[in-house]
Amino acid sequence: MATIVKFTVDGKARSVKVDDPAMPLLYALRDDLKMKAPHFGCGVAQCGACTVHVDGEAVRSCVLPVTAVKGKQVTTIHGLGTPQQPHPLQTAFVEEQVPQCGYCVNGWMMTAAAFLKKKPKASDGEIREALAGLKCRCGTHVSIMRAIKRAQKQMA
Amino acid sequence: MNAPTEFSHNRRDFLKASGALVVSVAMAGLSADALAQTGSAGKPPLVPGELDSWVAVLKDGSIAAYFGKIDMGHCLDVAIAQIVAEELDVAFERVTVYMGDTATSCNQGGASGSFGISAGAKPLRHAAAEARRILVAAASTHLGVPVGQLAVADGVVSGGGKRISYGELIGGKYFNAKVEWNRKVGNFMDIKVQAKLKSPADYKVVGKPFRRRDVVNKVFGTMDWITEISVPGMVHARVIRPVIAGSVPLKVDDAALRSIGDARVVRASNFLAVVASKEWDAVRAAQALKVEWSAATNPFPVMEKLHDHIRAAKVEKSEQRVKIGDVEGAFRTAARIIEAEYEWPFQSHASMGPACAVADVKKDSATIWTGSQKPHYTRDGVAELIGLPAEQVRGIWVMGPGSYGRNDGGDAALDAAFLSKLTGLPVRVQGMRADGTAWDPKGPASVHRARAALDASGKVIAYEYISKGFSRVNIATNEADPSDSLVGQELGMPLKPVMGYGTPEESYGFANKRLAWETIAPLLARSSPLRTSHLRDPVGPDIHFGSEQFIDELAAAVGEDPVAFRLRYVTAPRDAAVIRAAAAKAGWQSRPSPGPRHAGDILAGRGIAYAQRNGTVVATVAEVEVDRRTGRIWAKKVTVAHDCGIIVNPEGLRYAIEGNVVHGLSRTLMEEVRFDRNSVTSVDWASYPILEIQDAPESIEVALINHPEIAPSGAGEPTIRTIPAAVANAFFDATGIRLRRAPMTPARVLAAIAAASA
Repeated sequence: MATIVKFTVDGKARSVKVDDPAMPLLYALRDDLKMKAPHFGCGVAQCGACTVHVDGEAVRSCVLPVTAVKGKQVTTIHGLGTPQQPHPLQTAFVEEQVPQCGYCVNGWMMTAAAFLKKKPKASDGEIREALAGLKCRCGTHVSIMRAIKRAQKQMA
Repeated sequence: MNAPTEFSHNRRDFLKASGALVVSVAMAGLSADALAQTGSAGKPPLVPGELDSWVAVLKDGSIAAYFGKIDMGHCLDVAIAQIVAEELDVAFERVTVYMGDTATSCNQGGASGSFGISAGAKPLRHAAAEARRILVAAASTHLGVPVGQLAVADGVVSGGGKRISYGELIGGKYFNAKVEWNRKVGNFMDIKVQAKLKSPADYKVVGKPFRRRDVVNKVFGTMDWITEISVPGMVHARVIRPVIAGSVPLKVDDAALRSIGDARVVRASNFLAVVASKEWDAVRAAQALKVEWSAATNPFPVMEKLHDHIRAAKVEKSEQRVKIGDVEGAFRTAARIIEAEYEWPFQSHASMGPACAVADVKKDSATIWTGSQKPHYTRDGVAELIGLPAEQVRGIWVMGPGSYGRNDGGDAALDAAFLSKLTGLPVRVQGMRADGTAWDPKGPASVHRARAALDASGKVIAYEYISKGFSRVNIATNEADPSDSLVGQELGMPLKPVMGYGTPEESYGFANKRLAWETIAPLLARSSPLRTSHLRDPVGPDIHFGSEQFIDELAAAVGEDPVAFRLRYVTAPRDAAVIRAAAAKAGWQSRPSPGPRHAGDILAGRGIAYAQRNGTVVATVAEVEVDRRTGRIWAKKVTVAHDCGIIVNPEGLRYAIEGNVVHGLSRTLMEEVRFDRNSVTSVDWASYPILEIQDAPESIEVALINHPEIAPSGAGEPTIRTIPAAVANAFFDATGIRLRRAPMTPARVLAAIAAASA
């Protein structure tokens, strides 16, 4: 039996009709709400391409049931910043020309944004640890580190 | 291109803007000379012999260039725009490159062999130069000023105190000019033109760093990848591939689907799929469907015996690529013979996301949106599969979730087209993780036998290197023939496997030398998850993992520094130059390997490897740390010297090289497709681990060697083939131990260290 799940996405109230309470948030965002940025990469929380913030925490939307975000605030990369008002990480990822195919870049920025909020002065080692598990198949990792360090400077 | 937020709307705008829908426009402004070449005001047919197939001046004076290849984030479209801007004498910003759409570009072969600039840019460069020639001639007539007195600056022709812009001359209209096509299709398609090309000495745009055009949209989440393409009335599909390799569906029980929305089964012969209006319904229907599969036939060997299988297997085809002197004779006179064997695993593309495609097949036409890197060939394969003439099928490439060769993109496209035909609906197919890891075409596993003869002075007098493995083209490098796709094979189409491999590419001047390859039959002929095809730098990392380690083994055998040893034998000056440049940039200290033994848990070492690839030459120095407690190898610093002739865009080149380094480290240290007797068991990132950021280098240093006098060669792949041996040689330098089997995992490192100290 269908239920309605209400939550906010990037500050806007949204509701989704859910047939299967186990449906991951990712499918609600992509299929029902036509959000493009969180990507399906693995469906088993092993790559991070689907990462969004739920009440400020980075979560893998491919395994989180949509029913678990009832009444919560979901933020996608659109809520992180816009070309007019970019998040420092977005500015830095452009400056360092990070993405190649770019399919993974959502996960890196969303995960790094949530981490830097908690620990803006994190060391290189701490950043690497916080980003463990994220995948990038084009091998842009070194430029990702350059971009995060650049963003840290801007945020300091 | 292909970044519109509303895809179909923007595509129509583009067609209008590019003139495809402009049918009658007065030809005022064109010279009598140019008018003489005009047939109708409509766009001439899209064939390589028409200038309008390559370049257009739009109404506002901006330039459209039509490129039959694609860019996956390596800055190729930017380089093409630079080259077109250069020859046309317009600002870089004015040029837009439209890629990979069969309705607007000729078949230049898609992404292939790092030929994007070296071959792919040629017709664009020639077309731009010819367009400039015609425009300047038209301006001459219009202005009454001789051509010799005219100059062009940013698309404005001026001289004798008069001026006219390209836009005023022809904007929104067609050249209707013939060019001479070389009759080739694919990578080496080219055209001959009357115009004289610019001399590299006069370049203003080529050679300068320009930034990528796709980055901003990717970073702000405003780009459409193939996964974002949506067509009205579209249904979602998941294709169900057998758990047991080679088995076929016997019985399908769809009872469980009754409670899942409008999900239903679509089946034809051994091809099985589910479709549903909602994507999640398609996903859970695929999980819920009960299928009885035919029995297992144990097509695969025990994984640990894979390389024994390769050694023992009958050679189906072989080729001797290099034979110099009398190798056997020299071995008979040798004072010393050195031999080694190296093993490389099956590897997966394991693209960042499993492939996706959208197909809309109608009665007499079809459109396929694909992330496959060779969309013109995808179009051909779709046309054949669904029984339409190729010209009635449009293939549109849209950035996919990664593509470094013949990954699962082509299979997804043909799956989608077939399902659209069967259902009569537009169909979107996206794989689940296992479709991208277990079911993509694989890089072939192999064994490499090396031996060398040394005389009494330690000089190498004979060298032999023979690679034996599965074919690099068991299925073709594109999906133009549906029998090379999973759906085609599931439908029982006759198989057309091809045998091919490769040999080391270097310039070692050994007096007697033999380089050869041998290929063996696939483990499973039809619908195999271990079918093999092209994976980034096909068989390059595999071959040079062995060959460049073996060169180091020879250097160590005679107690010589690995850089000095290579410089003693390489014969091509550019090869020597990159080796010297990499060593210099890395601060290489000349001494034999292994280095002095140190106590402690972290052992440090450095290694070098070099290789050629289609005119490009690369040398890489890896500096590694080996943790003898955990077996972890960390390539802390990697230094690459790179010579690909004239450099078009140094910034784009650096990023392409960095990506090669990290992808190469991942394949060297981690990547190995796992399987049991009946199936591939690498199905996700846990069972097919790749390099993560903790293991990425602290720094990648790049020395670019520019040769403005030498035509450009490729950069998308050459670096990756130097990475495995550079790391293995550094590991030897650190530990005194040779690891001749890839990947060099912690377990293998620990086992090797234990064996060495036993």
